[in-house]
Amino acid sequence: MGSIADISLVLLSGLKITLIVLLLSIVFSTLIALVAGLSRVSNHLLVTKFTGFYVEIFRGTSLIVQLFWFSYALPGLFNIHLGSDIWVAVLAISLNYGAYMSEIVRGAILSIPAGQTEASIALNFTGFQRMRFVILPQAIRMMLPEFGNYIIQILKATSLVSLIGLTDLLYYGNIYRSTHLSEAPTVYLLILIVYFLLALPLIFLTRRMEKFAKKGVVHG
Amino acid sequence: MNAPIVQYKNIRKAFGDIEVLKGIDLDIAPGEKVALIGPSGSGKTTIIRLLMTLEEPTSGVIEVNGDNLWMMEKGSKMLPADEKHLRAIRGDIGMVFQHFNLFPHMTILENCMLAPTIVKKKEKAAVRKNALEMLYKVGLSDKVDLYPSQLSGGQKQRVAMARALMMKPKVMLFDEVTSALDPELVGEVLEVIRGLAKSGEMAMILVTHEMDFALDIADRVLFLNEGVIEEEGHPEEILVNPKSERLQDFLSRFTSSR
Repeated sequence: MGSIADISLVLLSGLKITLIVLLLSIVFSTLIALVAGLSRVSNHLLVTKFTGFYVEIFRGTSLIVQLFWFSYALPGLFNIHLGSDIWVAVLAISLNYGAYMSEIVRGAILSIPAGQTEASIALNFTGFQRMRFVILPQAIRMMLPEFGNYIIQILKATSLVSLIGLTDLLYYGNIYRSTHLSEAPTVYLLILIVYFLLALPLIFLTRRMEKFAKKGVVHG
Repeated sequence: MNAPIVQYKNIRKAFGDIEVLKGIDLDIAPGEKVALIGPSGSGKTTIIRLLMTLEEPTSGVIEVNGDNLWMMEKGSKMLPADEKHLRAIRGDIGMVFQHFNLFPHMTILENCMLAPTIVKKKEKAAVRKNALEMLYKVGLSDKVDLYPSQLSGGQKQRVAMARALMMKPKVMLFDEVTSALDPELVGEVLEVIRGLAKSGEMAMILVTHEMDFALDIADRVLFLNEGVIEEEGHPEEILVNPKSERLQDFLSRFTSSR
């Protein structure tokens, strides 16, 4: 069973890229989701329409095509180079998942009862203060568990970056298999296990966030 | 009589095809306590929501201290009020809601402290002291660190009043503040309002179904019916010797259910 150790060692060298893409994508998709979600509930029609367009485009097309588009089509067509492949991957994943997650932000904000807005107006808050101190603190509690689910999905989506040549976990697995064809089952079993181990803390985090969310919102 | 602090001039309000207010004229003097009564759907709540800027009138003028609430002068033109104009004027108005609308993610004390801290930018320690005094006044000194969900309805409504009072409004609006309460909790809330009415120079407009209470604290009672003020006057005249048939009819439903 020497091969399991060998394969694990090879896979570990791809772990770094997977983790970098994962962490950056989590940060940027969350930021994009917040900005896009807030834009979709804004009063400016132009902002709302534009964000709506973005969300539908990125939700309506597949992530792998978006990756290829950013990686191969944009540079070829318009001579736009988005920097290193890592940033291309992070951008595509973040824009894609940011679009989905912005719907969570929007839904959570809209689900806060109108009475909270009315009380904020009666106390003479500005629109920004109302969002910052009253609506968002309550809405975020509702968003958290859903965000957790998407973060787990982002982890799994990172495996697509091997297709634009990033040397992640799956990439190294594929390389190893191509030279050790008979060991394919062991390779992919180990890959599954590594992804699952990476997902475990995220699953745990999501559970924690669900508990926190349940505790937080009781209407007064 | 002093110059009115609030004036409604021929105010109309429609929601879609349904006209809820059909020409309301109403002056409120500084410190005056006015009770609005009438059947549900008569437009009582809409009257005070227009003043709190929660709804915009379809036509007519509302003035607060002589300033037009919903229109502003810009050069020689009158334009619809923007947010800045509304904020400048509604600082004098406060409101207590039927369903309390406390902020559930904050403690009682934080609920009371938020507006003075961020809107009036007052120093936190002073606001805190003021909030504790206010909560003492409404009898909730032992609850300041609890969350709204840990309180009874009556306690929540007393917090809501303390929170509104923190902004020192010149006119306070009460929107059926006891309607969502269990009957045994109504008394404690009315007691606080009665205290405010007896002590304050604050004008109060109360939308209420508590007739005895209106009789006790109001300077003037208005009976609203189908979007118009059908009868108004001193509480005794209105509640004890109603003139119009509709008002007699309305009041008889209350006495019979008592």
